[in-house]
Amino acid sequence: MADPGNGAKAKNGGAPAADEAAPRFKVPARLDTRGKIEYLAKRTLAMARGEVDPYVDIPSRTLSNVAFSKRRKIIEMGDATQRRSLFNLNQARKYMQTLLIARGCCQLLDEQKTTSIRDLYYMSKHTLADGKENTFEGQEESDPIIEDLEVTLGSLREELHLFAAKRGSVVGPLTLVDAGDVIDLSRMGSGGWSVPGIVEPETIRFVGHGAKFILLVEKEAVWARLNEDKFWKRHNCILVTGQGQPPRGVRRLLYRMTHELDLPLYVFVDNDPWGYYIHSVVKQGSIGLAFESKRMAVPKARFIGLSSFDPAAYDLSEDVSIRLNDQDRSRAKEILNYEWFKAKAWQKEITNMLRAGVKWELEALSSKGLSFVTEVFLPKKIADRDWL
Amino acid sequence: MARVTAETLSRKQREISVSEFFAKNRHLLGFDSLRKALLTTVKEAVDNSLDACEEAGILPEIRVELEAAKGANRYLVRVTDNGPGIVPEQAPKIFGQLLYGSKFHSLKQSRGQQGIGISAAAMYGQLTTGKPVTVESRTGPDAPAYAMQVVIDTNTNKPKAIGRRNLPDWRLDHGTLVEVELEAKYLKGRQSVEEFLHQVAVANPHVTLHYRSPNGETASWARTVERNPTAPREIKPHPHGVELGVLMKMLQSTPHKTVTQFLSRDFSRISPQLAGGLAKRAGIKAKARPNTVARQAADALYKAINDSKTRLRPPSTDCLSPIGVQELLAGLTRGVRAEFYGVETRKPAVYRGNPFQVEVGLAWGGDLAGDELAKVLRFANRVPLQYYAGSCCITKAVMDVSWRTYGLTQSRGALPSGPLIVLVHLASVWVPFSSESKVAVADYDEIRKEIKLAVQTCGRRLGQYVKRKARARSEARRREVFNLYIEEVVSSVEAITGKEQKLFRERLLAISRRKTELAGMLEEAKGPAGEDLEACENVLVVDPDAEPPAPETAVAPPVNGEDEPPEDEASGEALPAEGLEPLGDLPPPPPAEPEQDRGSQLELV
Repeated sequence: MADPGNGAKAKNGGAPAADEAAPRFKVPARLDTRGKIEYLAKRTLAMARGEVDPYVDIPSRTLSNVAFSKRRKIIEMGDATQRRSLFNLNQARKYMQTLLIARGCCQLLDEQKTTSIRDLYYMSKHTLADGKENTFEGQEESDPIIEDLEVTLGSLREELHLFAAKRGSVVGPLTLVDAGDVIDLSRMGSGGWSVPGIVEPETIRFVGHGAKFILLVEKEAVWARLNEDKFWKRHNCILVTGQGQPPRGVRRLLYRMTHELDLPLYVFVDNDPWGYYIHSVVKQGSIGLAFESKRMAVPKARFIGLSSFDPAAYDLSEDVSIRLNDQDRSRAKEILNYEWFKAKAWQKEITNMLRAGVKWELEALSSKGLSFVTEVFLPKKIADRDWL
Repeated sequence: MARVTAETLSRKQREISVSEFFAKNRHLLGFDSLRKALLTTVKEAVDNSLDACEEAGILPEIRVELEAAKGANRYLVRVTDNGPGIVPEQAPKIFGQLLYGSKFHSLKQSRGQQGIGISAAAMYGQLTTGKPVTVESRTGPDAPAYAMQVVIDTNTNKPKAIGRRNLPDWRLDHGTLVEVELEAKYLKGRQSVEEFLHQVAVANPHVTLHYRSPNGETASWARTVERNPTAPREIKPHPHGVELGVLMKMLQSTPHKTVTQFLSRDFSRISPQLAGGLAKRAGIKAKARPNTVARQAADALYKAINDSKTRLRPPSTDCLSPIGVQELLAGLTRGVRAEFYGVETRKPAVYRGNPFQVEVGLAWGGDLAGDELAKVLRFANRVPLQYYAGSCCITKAVMDVSWRTYGLTQSRGALPSGPLIVLVHLASVWVPFSSESKVAVADYDEIRKEIKLAVQTCGRRLGQYVKRKARARSEARRREVFNLYIEEVVSSVEAITGKEQKLFRERLLAISRRKTELAGMLEEAKGPAGEDLEACENVLVVDPDAEPPAPETAVAPPVNGEDEPPEDEASGEALPAEGLEPLGDLPPPPPAEPEQDRGSQLELV
């Protein structure tokens, strides 16, 4: 980066001139996580000593600071940072929260404990001296600050001894060891195996499998349908759901399964802009967590449906379609402009949806019969290699 | 036969003319309700006293006393001044003859204009109570003080003095006391006597006022300016300010022998050459005697004067006596406890040939109520105007201003709301009242524009102050937020480093202090208008947190007092019919009863 001040300047219009000239704050990568947090505190002390308004430079987790790597086919984070100062009324609260989260993580490290991000929210939340304001008004305030700290320190969430609430289930012909317990995922009943927040090799190890592919289903209800019909048994697949946008645990698990077990991954989502984006997050990574793409993105993932061309091909009734609303439309147009949706097939896919003016949920397939999806739709799509 | 009938008729008409005049014009004269009658009487007496004092170069000290008299709705109004006094021979005319006065034909800024006021009050008193007006006066320490009653003779409509006697130990070296008993109603609140006196005090800081209400409450306003306003100079009328009827009257009554002499000597800004030209254009011989000019010729002359070809210099404006910037500030501060005062005196201007001058004062904040509409105090030649606010040019001009620009709230077509008083003073040799009772200024574009400009100038300064105050508040808020967060930052850093960081906290607090001060100063430098409020002599700012001085008055009327709803033009109680019966039908004089401490026996002719 030629001019480290530039990024800050662009994002930070209102900050006084003195701060812009201040050097960019970069936490040395050679330090361990505890050392990095301490570095943050010591820099803050040094700034106050030098009568400089304390600030942190946070790598920007925005669209403008990500780039799609054509070579690696994943979204990667750029070098731009966003300056957050204590003495700027618009940033002061977040600055204070950043230090509170750092303090919480420091405590977890010192006590050698790991906890959920919700726990950390409660650890850091208290009422300020004026009796009116809380340090955090809700977990939705603390979660992004945690991600800010991850990128600022260059430490992963698990290195900060944090994990998200677990979400997502897996079932299929796979045996693994989870925290020392051997688990056969083909004997998990109707609920499946829940995916923990951290699925690093220290916790999860694969033992063996008889699968031919992995199927990620957006909707838990559809996953349950497939599980009940033992679709995974008939087609020898590992059936995964992330219950909507898959959490980091599920994404990391998908990455490890595709790499370590060398299995193809098919993504089965609603036919709407949000479904498209779930697929793209699994495949290329997300804008907000671009720094994790290399550990999570699965560029060889395939979009198996629902495609905007499927309803016609499979003769779905218009009765089970839903009109696109304004939000859907504007989100679709946004996605059309993303670098990683520029492929002709994708432009066609999305434009076709916009032209039709309707979206389709996975459950729409049930209108053709409860087991249409397991007995007709998916087998045919796989056999025809009808995917993107 | 017909002749005799006509003469009889005419005599009859003349006998009832004064009372009839009153009956028909009571609303014009300000006696259309019992409450207003009390106020008008006080107002006329006070106006007279102030004019007399100022003309004689005496700093006025005026005492107003109201007493409940015997009988329902009867009050005694007594006004005493330290003026030059009245020679006994003049007193009956001054207090008993309508349209008597020295002011009607002169163009000079004064409170009274037509000589109707005090005699109308005396007339009203006599009509409603049967009691004559009492006058006491002394013209100097060497002259004896005297007392008399002035009665209006119902047969001749002429005033008559009765019961004249000397008063050996009169209290003052010189001065006048006038006492009128009248049918009236006393109420506090808006449009009350208290409010009137309070406003007189605001616009006349050189006046000391004492007041006693019918309930015995007292109030005083001591003068805060130790000199009388500059005496206004008398000027001849400007041709453009004269209407056809007046022109004809002047033609009849002029002492000058020729039309050209009349034009050049009875008017200002007409040279003998121009006078000749005007007469020529009107088809009148230059040497013609003014009183021979007929109606049509007068009309032609009037048209020639107002023709666009006739170029006249505007009238001279040294006939005006504005209150003045410092005096207005002194008046506002003694009458209103506010935080910000701003005043502006415009240069004189002219409407229809009449010079006039506008002054505006704003008082904002302090004790004023913040959730009400702004109050407009209207003054014409230093006299408060209390009725017909809605139709007054002054109110309209104040509404014309966009107050939002100055940081106040204002609904469309309304007065601004907020802790604000807007004082507007119109000084003119001839104030264009919309009625004879002198309560509202007629709407002339020139006047409205001048008022608006003056209000805007004051408004800009107020806006600057209000905004600066808001900035200071926001700076304080910013600092609070910073300091709140600093505690969290310090404790976090202490927890991470495992050390107490006292110095760190001090340093951060110092930065916070510097930041919020610096931000305030930066904003200041960029302030609007660039005018320095501190250095501006038109502005006075009182520290809102300073200790209030001891209240000067015992019953200082509340500025926004709401004891009584304002008496509306339309809804005011009408005067009882019997109060306005023709003089000939006056009830017999009340039975003799000792007149408290004055002892004299009333006798009505």
